[in-house]
Amino acid sequence: MAVVCIRGPLRALADGQGEHELEGTSVIALLLALEAAHPGVRGWVLDERGQIRRHINVFVNGERGAERTPVAPGDRIEVIPAITGGCR
Amino acid sequence: MTELAVGTKKGLFLLEGEPHAGFELTSRSFPGQPVDFALRDHRSGRIFAGVTSPFYGPKLFYTDGDPAGEWQQADGVELPSDCGLALERIWVIALGERPGSLYMGADPGVLFESDDGGESWQLNAALWNEPSRPTWQPGGGGLCLHSITTWPGEPDRLAVAVSAAGVWLTDDRGASWRRGNAGLRARYLPQAPGPEETDDLCVHHLERAPRRPQRLFMQFHGGVYRSDDAGQSWSEIGRGLPSDFGFPLVVDPADPDCAFVIPLVADMDRVTPEGRVRVYETRDGGASWAARGVGLPAKHAYLTVLRQAFTAASEGASLQLYFGSTSGEVFGSGDAGASWITAATRLPPVFSLTAAQ
Repeated sequence: MAVVCIRGPLRALADGQGEHELEGTSVIALLLALEAAHPGVRGWVLDERGQIRRHINVFVNGERGAERTPVAPGDRIEVIPAITGGCR
Repeated sequence: MTELAVGTKKGLFLLEGEPHAGFELTSRSFPGQPVDFALRDHRSGRIFAGVTSPFYGPKLFYTDGDPAGEWQQADGVELPSDCGLALERIWVIALGERPGSLYMGADPGVLFESDDGGESWQLNAALWNEPSRPTWQPGGGGLCLHSITTWPGEPDRLAVAVSAAGVWLTDDRGASWRRGNAGLRARYLPQAPGPEETDDLCVHHLERAPRRPQRLFMQFHGGVYRSDDAGQSWSEIGRGLPSDFGFPLVVDPADPDCAFVIPLVADMDRVTPEGRVRVYETRDGGASWAARGVGLPAKHAYLTVLRQAFTAASEGASLQLYFGSTSGEVFGSGDAGASWITAATRLPPVFSLTAAQ
């Protein structure tokens, strides 16, 4: 199991939980597992293509990750809005 | 009492009041979020807001209660997962002709439909699968389906407009679509091809005259047009305006010869001409235009009014008109444009404005 950490409106969409223990061997697998466990999150982090939205950053154990970044049991995945998203 | 739903760069603002007495700000929703379009469905009382979070993407929300409280997210507002594209922005929501029916236009040039009062939505498959779609080019604001005009009493008939992919018409409730572009001139293209030769037609706004539904008015990217054959063909009616460039257009529902536009200098200078804010009115189908600016800023006023930021309420002699600017002002008229008040100032840039009574 890895831990996916979310905050802000995402947390509210996931029953108020900030940390989620989920099964998966990649970032995308964990984010899909998060959507399956909390359907309200669907479409917020991943778009229709299954891509992480442009202004969302994902870190795996403190290092910048992407959809296919491998994840091991015990890893910590942080989902954080990017500072670049404030342009609009 | 009139309620104005003002979608801005930093949230949705509701104002209540009357043009002769002024307006009060009654609520702010989605603080910090771009609200591209908002509308109250007068049939149900439900308010909709199209919100494009730069982080979390476009979402449609609705509420039946206090707009300062909780909103629900509508279902189905997404593209097919295998298409390789993502929904970019919600541009417009329109009421359908059947009970509980609504339409929504969005980027990339897509139309959604709802039959349950806006709780769930379905992508219109025929327009999505239109064979020419791969050649459609976005305008400066994206590939936006921004105008949806229903036909009063005939729910199967619809006209929509896409920037920059022209006008599309259906007579079978969206099962099939055909172009409605004859007569449009794309002066911004080097060879100025005829409309039969290109879909690169940058329609800025489309409105139908509800008492004569075969008549439509259009603000084009350079040109104001009228159609008297339900959008099949178009004639230029912009002569007499200080500029035929602009974005929004409003009609008086009571008078099929009446339309209002807010000209901007040109595509390279999108501000009100001569530093004066004026709405232009025609009461003869576009044969002539008259400036309506009493009460509007008349000096050093270089405003931009976006395509969804001009709206009307009521009709005829009691027609109310409202528009908002990217400089955060909202203006209103309770006498069909003869005189104007300032309804709000110092709001964030205004993206959209709708009125409900």
